[in-house]
Amino acid sequence: MELETILKTAFILAVVVLTFAPIITWVERKQSAVMQDRIGANRADLGGITLLGLLHPLADVVKLIFKEDVVPRGANRFMHLLAPVIAAVPAIIAYAVIPFGGSYAYGDRIVNLVVADVDWGVLYIFAIGSIAAYGTVISGWASNNNWSLLGSLRASAQVISYEVTMGLSLVGIFMVFQSLSMFEMGLAQDTTIRLFGFLEHFGWVDDIGFLGFLQIPNWGIFLQPLGFLMFFTCAIAENKRAPFDCPEGESEIIAGYHLEYSGMRFGLFYMSEFIEIVVIAGLITALFLGGWSIPYLPQATLIGGIAPVFGDYFATSICMILHVVSFFAKVIVVIYLQMAMRWSLPRFRYDQIMDLCWKILLPLSVANVIVTGGLMLVFGVGV
Amino acid sequence: MTATSIFFYACAALAVVSALAMLLNVRNTVASALCLVVTMISLAGVFLVLDAYLIAALQIMVYAGAIVVLFIFVVMLLNLRHDAFAPNRLIPVKFLACLLGVWALVRLAPLFARYLPDPATLPEGFGGYRHVGLALYTDFVLTFEVASFLLLGAMVGAVMLAKRRLD
Repeated sequence: MELETILKTAFILAVVVLTFAPIITWVERKQSAVMQDRIGANRADLGGITLLGLLHPLADVVKLIFKEDVVPRGANRFMHLLAPVIAAVPAIIAYAVIPFGGSYAYGDRIVNLVVADVDWGVLYIFAIGSIAAYGTVISGWASNNNWSLLGSLRASAQVISYEVTMGLSLVGIFMVFQSLSMFEMGLAQDTTIRLFGFLEHFGWVDDIGFLGFLQIPNWGIFLQPLGFLMFFTCAIAENKRAPFDCPEGESEIIAGYHLEYSGMRFGLFYMSEFIEIVVIAGLITALFLGGWSIPYLPQATLIGGIAPVFGDYFATSICMILHVVSFFAKVIVVIYLQMAMRWSLPRFRYDQIMDLCWKILLPLSVANVIVTGGLMLVFGVGV
Repeated sequence: MTATSIFFYACAALAVVSALAMLLNVRNTVASALCLVVTMISLAGVFLVLDAYLIAALQIMVYAGAIVVLFIFVVMLLNLRHDAFAPNRLIPVKFLACLLGVWALVRLAPLFARYLPDPATLPEGFGGYRHVGLALYTDFVLTFEVASFLLLGAMVGAVMLAKRRLD
């Protein structure tokens, strides 16, 4: 492996797994406290320093590591120990194909800020996402507990159903950008489109004049608004978070599929949920929110503006840093949206979850594909 | 050996071993089904080495991710034990069949080795979604449509069977 790949992997792991995930656990606690009019997590204390409760993730880790790791009697020991690993690993490796920055030329050397720029990046995400479902299936079965089994049945039926719609909701975006590679999509989103350009296209007006200044970024969310809404919904359902948290239910099946887990193995399930929040935010940013691009400031303009004063290398580096900051700023916004949703929406009933998937989202996503294709034919895009 | 061929042999060996484990494991049906998952995933690895990226991804998404999960669902709910199966009869016949199979393999292996074609040179973009998609929707569009009609028929049949129970 090259040094560059190792550095990029280390950066992503350090940011997503070691920084975002623990802080999100704190944000979730604090936010629930605010929503429920409490003071919230503030007891973890290191010699009088509490940092607004920011020490809680640290205390959690210490607690989880030193807790006893119980395997229930009658459980399948090997499977029981394996399941949390299967649940956590796909969440951690998903970021390999999500670009967190663009392509930067240093002389002859080109630096692409994505760990693995594969041509079929989105398919990779779906493939490993479907493996993650086995973590829940196996954990429920191997625990030898009926509530666990019921929880894992609910979870896996939900995950499999929403996977179908999630794939179909993205077909529109594949058609618009003519690619399955998130890196290419990111490059395509670093431009703007004229809001009234269609008047010229159909020959209704010869020159749209000053209306040409009305531009929107060429982002997925503007080209595929319905696709964005459906993908966001499906992604939250995939992650089994509120309002789609039927696999867990305090009053019916207790904690669901991870009921019999303790210590760091429970910690893996817990952690994978929070890493998946960051993965979903990264996916939505890369596919729909322009990835690393800064709106109305394409890379060429940005570098061209700084380069004459400070030189090429410095300008490229500044551009790279700004792009990475832009990417993670968007990621933070989407994470916040997911957090806010959890405490503001009531929970679905299980049949409502299934109805929403098969009777509303699936037909809508197929319609979205057809409408997108028709519009692309009319506008003569990508034909 | 290059890293690619090591990866290939590792995946191939894992596929064979897990397939055998699936067949020979009679004590635990869920474990058997999970062995099938491992076979599917290692086959995806083999496809990956053969430059068939789309097939590799679909192998995991469709087979490992959707079909076998449904198998496991059913198996888990039935919770079969060893004694739920019919006692194992016809052991001499099975043993004979195994011997016959091994003998045929030994006889056929040299023939396969002699007539194995040279590896083809891959065209640009082979195995990618563009290549496969273009082939599917232009050259093989009839086959594709026939297959989709078959699937539609099977789906309608499944719905009818399930509904009859409900009504």
